[in-house]
Amino acid sequence: MSEIPKSENSKLNRALPHLAISVSNLTKVYGERAAVSSANFDVPLGTICGFVGPNGAGKTTTIRMLLGLIAPTSGTGTVLGHSINEPEKFLPTVGAMIEGPAFYPALSGAENLRVLASLGGFPQERVMELLELVGLGDRAKSKFKTYSLGMKQRLGIAAALLPNPKLLILDEPTNGLDPSGIQEVRELMKRLASQGTTVFVSSHLLSEIEMIAEYLVMLRNGKVIFSGKTESLLEAQQPIIIAKPEYAVDTPRLVSIAEQSGHSASVVEDEVHVLSPAEWSATFNRLAAEAGITLSQLATVRPSLEETFFELTSESGAK
Amino acid sequence: MLRVIYAEARKLRRPTLALSTTAIVAGLSVLFTSLVYLRINSGHNTRRGEFISAATLSQASGIAYGFKLVSAFLGLVALCIFASQTAQEYTYGTLRNLLVRQPARMKILGGKFVAMGAFAIFMVATTAVITVAASYLLAPGAKVSTSLWGTSAGLSLLGHTFVNVLLSTIGFGLFGMILGLLLRSPISAISIGVIWNLVLENILSAALSGSAKWLPGQNISNIGEGGSIDISYMHSIGMSAAYLLVGFGIVATLFKKRDVAN
Repeated sequence: MSEIPKSENSKLNRALPHLAISVSNLTKVYGERAAVSSANFDVPLGTICGFVGPNGAGKTTTIRMLLGLIAPTSGTGTVLGHSINEPEKFLPTVGAMIEGPAFYPALSGAENLRVLASLGGFPQERVMELLELVGLGDRAKSKFKTYSLGMKQRLGIAAALLPNPKLLILDEPTNGLDPSGIQEVRELMKRLASQGTTVFVSSHLLSEIEMIAEYLVMLRNGKVIFSGKTESLLEAQQPIIIAKPEYAVDTPRLVSIAEQSGHSASVVEDEVHVLSPAEWSATFNRLAAEAGITLSQLATVRPSLEETFFELTSESGAK
Repeated sequence: MLRVIYAEARKLRRPTLALSTTAIVAGLSVLFTSLVYLRINSGHNTRRGEFISAATLSQASGIAYGFKLVSAFLGLVALCIFASQTAQEYTYGTLRNLLVRQPARMKILGGKFVAMGAFAIFMVATTAVITVAASYLLAPGAKVSTSLWGTSAGLSLLGHTFVNVLLSTIGFGLFGMILGLLLRSPISAISIGVIWNLVLENILSAALSGSAKWLPGQNISNIGEGGSIDISYMHSIGMSAAYLLVGFGIVATLFKKRDVAN
């Protein structure tokens, strides 16, 4: 993907509040089911914020409420300092791709973007710039229905960039993209954030989110179970000490050493995984040596975002 | 709202839609005008069972006769286009894109209607040109005199017919738009609209004497024909306006209030 076109929208130059998104007790109830229940979270300006949760957690409903597509049952929210009840005040500087790309199959990629550019009052010249940016320059005149899933996704991203947004909301932007496409989107999001654009991105690729998102909002069953810095979440997780004895026969003895010291331990393949503070690894090493066990490996690892996600979003983990 | 009109016009002018509609309209115009002249003096030769002779067509009103006959079919074409252009936003999921770029929902609806109305004007104007041209070409062979057609009376009648056909076409289009917004599916909206107007209303009119003057499709169609012996022009204008305004009011309220969850 090439350089991002310069802003041509003077509205972007106005003063903006500190937060890109702020929601307070945001709730959406369908019948007796709460799709989103008293959600509270803030997204600071100029950051990349990951929005994660299992399928049906309420991510898309929340995004739709932020964009004025769905009326909240209760609660309030602001986007770029304006109430979500007045979407006309903030949407001219917001780009969004919700639940995958949706375009007119009989129109070309370029013509689809021109429809949206006309509607939003954006310069038509941006259409080709953005198609080049997302790597669709040579397929601009092809009908949307002939695009592959990855190409449709790229067109969706181009459409979201039309307003040269201060806030970019992307729902699963890497769906259908190949590894190089995923990397391009990741780089694009980083570049936009470095230029001051806030990126609010939902994704199932938690390793991707972990790599790029400074902030995180995690949903489960319509409730926010974490909102804050990704770093804080990962640091708060109990690390795992991974030890491997020189001889596999010593593995059960290592487990019992850890358990006798009051730490939970288990065998994973030839390794012993001990749930304990990182500082205990030195003690563990000494106790193993005193027991005549030589360790061929001793390392402390923190759970990945994916492991943390599963722990927090599982029925037991969330309690 | 101008932006919405421009955006909608981009969709309407796509070659597949614009050219196929022009082809359909041209085909219907030639077909109906030819049938009038081929079946001239051959008994009750119109849809309503009237007798059309060379003398009738030689009057000033003869210039617009073929044009008037096509009006009901133009209405059905408009119904299909308005319904599909409206309902497709739901089936393709593009409504969310439109509302993110233009959150004022009534502007979306108004802009769509104005753009499709302009498309209807193009359709009706094309039909007028083709039917009048075909009438001039076919008249000599059918021994129909065209000397009164170009008089101010003839041109005035042509102008009135143009306005009536346009009102009827836009009326049917609005009927389709209402169904599109209500049913949110082009196939459902078009099939229900066509079956209602072509089949059910005709059965009801035939089965229940006097019912035609209370049916929406019959009244909208009657506007295109400039009124009839059974239903006056002004009655049809009033009935059509009432049906369409109430229907549009209901679907516009739904459109404004309804969550966009697809």
